[in-house]
Amino acid sequence: MTGRVLTLLGSLLLAGFLGALLIRQAPGYGVDERELDPRLRRESVESIRKSAASHQDIFHFYAQYLTHLAHGDLGVSRSLGQPVRDLLRDRLPVTSRSLAAGLSEAWLAGFLFVLPPFLFRLPGYDWAVASFAGIFLCVPSTVVALAFLYLDWGTAPVIAAAVFPRVFRFVRNLLLDASTRPHILAARARGLGRWRIFLWHIIVPTTPPLIAVLGVSVTIGLTASIPAEALCDSPGIGQLAWTAALGRDLPLLVTLTLLVATVTLLTNLLSEALLSGGAPGRS
Amino acid sequence: MILIVISAACLLAGLLAAHPYEMQFRDRVSASPSAQFPMGTDELGRDRLSRLLYGMRLSLSLAPVAALASTAIAAILGIVAGHVGGWCERGIMALTDLFLSLPWLFLILTVRAVLPLNVSPAVSVAITFALLGLLGWASAARVIRTRVRSLERSDFVLQARALGCSNERLMFAHILPNLKPVLFAQFWIAIPLSLLSEADLGLLGLGVVEPLPSLGNLLRELVNFSAVSENLWILTPAMLVLLVVSCFHLLLPEQKGYS
Repeated sequence: MTGRVLTLLGSLLLAGFLGALLIRQAPGYGVDERELDPRLRRESVESIRKSAASHQDIFHFYAQYLTHLAHGDLGVSRSLGQPVRDLLRDRLPVTSRSLAAGLSEAWLAGFLFVLPPFLFRLPGYDWAVASFAGIFLCVPSTVVALAFLYLDWGTAPVIAAAVFPRVFRFVRNLLLDASTRPHILAARARGLGRWRIFLWHIIVPTTPPLIAVLGVSVTIGLTASIPAEALCDSPGIGQLAWTAALGRDLPLLVTLTLLVATVTLLTNLLSEALLSGGAPGRS
Repeated sequence: MILIVISAACLLAGLLAAHPYEMQFRDRVSASPSAQFPMGTDELGRDRLSRLLYGMRLSLSLAPVAALASTAIAAILGIVAGHVGGWCERGIMALTDLFLSLPWLFLILTVRAVLPLNVSPAVSVAITFALLGLLGWASAARVIRTRVRSLERSDFVLQARALGCSNERLMFAHILPNLKPVLFAQFWIAIPLSLLSEADLGLLGLGVVEPLPSLGNLLRELVNFSAVSENLWILTPAMLVLLVVSCFHLLLPEQKGYS
């Protein structure tokens, strides 16, 4: 676990460096509109230029970026003119709520659609549901967002629609694999009931890999939150990222990317910890 | 078969389209379907069918290019990581993990925002598909690296090494030929991903810019709900994306046989 935490920290530092490099190399970096202000004196313009020159060294720039980050200074959004910290404080709860609702809906739908063939004989059901789930994989999430906006369903179902087909496929394959194991055949031969076999001999052994997928579904959900919030006009992190991209607000965008990377890496770490806790000896 | 028909229609866009994609008929703005305009005209009075044919041609021809670029990057990184091992492998895998941990659209938005937004249509096409190619390599790199590692441990490679086969010969004569199915499968997987990502970017206003049509910016018409209810042909680009991506997904299992 210590190794994983170190890898996580290393990944975040690398992400931060790449982010800083991106800002530094962007066309127009170092050009300050204040230099064009005729009301400023020559000394003030020189001071602005000197300050910009101190950022030319990428390593110095990154160290400064990290120092500010460590002090909780996330900078000021260029396009919205507000501190990034305030923007995040306002918008994080919106995305967290829709993400939680969307993931719950996706997992619930995934399980509900997967379960029937394991409990009842339903010819053609598997093909029909797999095709239904496949449709969501073949449509851009922006189009799904527009359709749900048209139906006035909000952002959570858009996230659910993006996560559901992946969860469905994974859970289905996992349970199918588990149901063909020799111990299931033995349990059936001994006359154990369908429900009992399903709950104790199929679901329980497949719980650890299912937990691992939770981390992946958070990443998919966050990706879907951009079109969902941008098109449904929901004031969350996804909409903020879209606004920042359209306004070329790089400091805000890089901070958001870092935040999202931290969330996804932590979720993966947590699911791995649960995985190793649930099954001793697993890494 | 469907994919062949669609591809043929796109290739013959110059012959099939009755009007140039950018030509405006200002007296026929948002016109209903007619003999002159089989799918009607858009808000700027341009023929929808012509724009759809040219847009599909652009997206369908450049998505494989983006997929090829991402597969090539993935192949280089995966082979280097799997073959060299050690710190090199750890470094590449850390970078891969980082790319995989970032939600795909966040990553594209961030990098797209670094580049100028107010560009000519041709430059916007190049930027959009280059981004898809340059950023979409991570999951493929991981698969290729795993395959290279397993090939490195296989009996025939061990035997070749024992016979004094050089590293170059080992790579080009034994490992690379066995990677072909995996590379092809990864390339095939990347095509629909590029198509969907371009559609997402286009609909969010960060893809190919007007007047050049692409699947992404054709989907922007869907934002106008009242127009959709008046003319259902506006749904055609979305239906075509669904159809084309489904075809790519359905054709994929046939490749698995030799991957």
